Amino acid sequence: MRKFSWFNATALTFGFAFLYLPMLILIIYSFNESRLVTVWAGFSTKWYGELLQNEQFLDAAWVTIKVAFWSSTCATILGTMAAYIMVRSGPFRGRGLFSGMIYAPLVMPEVITGLSLLLFFIAIGLDRGVVTIVLAHTTFAMCFVSVVVTSRLVSFDRSLEEAALDLGCTPFDAFRSVTLPIIMPAVVSGWLLAFTLSLDDLVIASFTSGPSSTTLPIRIFSAVRLGVTPEINALSTIMIALVTIGVITASLISRATSIKARADERAAEQS
Amino acid sequence: MAQPRPDTVFAPWDEPDAKPLIQFKNVTKRFGDFTAIDDLTLDIYAQEFFALLGPSGCGKTTLMRMLGGFETPTEGTILLDGVDIGPIPPNERPVNMMFQSYALFPHLTVWDNIAFGLKRSDMPKDQIGDRVEKMLKLTQLGKFAKRKPHQISGGQRQRVALARSLAKAPKLLLLDEPLGALDKKLRNETQFELMDIQETTGTTFVIVTHDQEEAMTVASRVAVMTEGKLAQVATPDQIYEAPNSTYVADFIGDVNLIEGTVEVQAKGAKPTDVSIKWSPTETPIDATSDTPPPAASTVTFAIRPEKVAISNERPEAANVMEGKILDIAYLGNISTYHVEVAPGLIIKAQATNNRRISRRNLTWEDHVYLSWTDTAGVVLTE
Repeated sequence: MRKFSWFNATALTFGFAFLYLPMLILIIYSFNESRLVTVWAGFSTKWYGELLQNEQFLDAAWVTIKVAFWSSTCATILGTMAAYIMVRSGPFRGRGLFSGMIYAPLVMPEVITGLSLLLFFIAIGLDRGVVTIVLAHTTFAMCFVSVVVTSRLVSFDRSLEEAALDLGCTPFDAFRSVTLPIIMPAVVSGWLLAFTLSLDDLVIASFTSGPSSTTLPIRIFSAVRLGVTPEINALSTIMIALVTIGVITASLISRATSIKARADERAAEQS
Repeated sequence: MAQPRPDTVFAPWDEPDAKPLIQFKNVTKRFGDFTAIDDLTLDIYAQEFFALLGPSGCGKTTLMRMLGGFETPTEGTILLDGVDIGPIPPNERPVNMMFQSYALFPHLTVWDNIAFGLKRSDMPKDQIGDRVEKMLKLTQLGKFAKRKPHQISGGQRQRVALARSLAKAPKLLLLDEPLGALDKKLRNETQFELMDIQETTGTTFVIVTHDQEEAMTVASRVAVMTEGKLAQVATPDQIYEAPNSTYVADFIGDVNLIEGTVEVQAKGAKPTDVSIKWSPTETPIDATSDTPPPAASTVTFAIRPEKVAISNERPEAANVMEGKILDIAYLGNISTYHVEVAPGLIIKAQATNNRRISRRNLTWEDHVYLSWTDTAGVVLTE
């Protein structure tokens, strides 16, 4: 244990306060009795009850989850394919340009991505709705998935695939039965990343959504413009809780896996 | 060294009618500007344990990968059982490979790793179990069947890789530096296991290695490679005792190389006698050669250190040289003496330490005699 230092303690407090104080205030006021956001009038959970009655929010939440699920799934399939081809194809003319083009949307301002997609959908005469948001989210989430999967594939031992071919697999069978199971953790984390990116996207969704397909971030944003209500605080608190549970579960699982792996290795040495 | 069995000598390469299993015909492989394999022709026979030996970058791995189907020749053809295997993809070749990194599938158990290839063959499902059990027994892995590759030791992984590649009973098994990741003791044990398994299964093995001792131990024939070409293809004893070039002599084991010119044969000498003048003042070296080079040609005389005797008194021998001990390398069972016989010429002589160190009478700066018979060395023209 290192010695307690006032400087460290202060720095730590300020650092965490900076990160979490706003959220803490939001959580506290979600349990406020009063309709006024900044005046405390006693503890109550009534806003959570009212939230469940609010069909607009529930509809928007459902749309958001649908969009996030489909777009992250499509993005994972396309992003994994792109990563696989970029890593495996070997050097060819224009490879640098090609891989640059896959990653460009990462740094493209969202407003531009959103606007260009909007113009594109109008040009091809596609009505805006859930489908257009899914397409738009797939486009920008795909490159994130591709980055995650590429970094795993680069360290992937190529001879595993060759061994599969050697033992009678067709190239597709080798990918399905050897490569995919081994890179699965990267594919799953790519999917989760795409899912969360889609969940909280406001800019691109507002360009590509239609009247019947409002996502939760759009709904919250437009509601806040009419004034912050404790209902929104309650909704946000639920979202914070979900994210926290997700992060903690993920880290517990990964810790359990690494402990098991270490135990296995020790057992292997002793046998 | 692999010992030829006295009753039935296995040497199909000496029989003119024997049909080779693998034939490389003028095979060239280029990667861009780099020529990895240069117009190579080679025959390998069924049931051979054939070693490809050479320093890294000599093309031995490329040669093996062409047999596996992971590289295609730029020019020339490779025949397996008389069939051109150039256009056949790896999954349709009756060839299996054991990879240097073992390439075990980490998400599958030992059992499933071994069954992997069988499940993709036309073997009926009910026979797969029996075959896997047989392989587990052959490689003594029975009690590890349910473990994953990261739950077993390096030596066990090596055996899983071997079992997996043998499971489909391939016509030809390729082994890429199979023992490279094992420590020396385990490697020596495993070499003998490999030889046993090769004999039991009767499979043709082609092994790639940079370890000459390993190649000498396991192989029926060794191909020494350099810069995409074959330097010599012969049995281990021929490679060691009768290298065909200074490259091979120098690559395999320790050797003394002495350059000189061939003298005109003396009257009464046998036609195989060769006398080599290596210094203007010293006595020439007497040697023999089945194909004596013409007089005045430049040759290299190669002799292994263990064939050079060292003594304090002048012995009676065909070749005797005087010198001074510069260095002694003590290796326990043997000692190597570095003896300067002429300015700048150091000859290594090896002696078995059959006496305790305190009882030996050779030490630094001693004046000694080196001697060897006229048939102990070889005369090399390349």
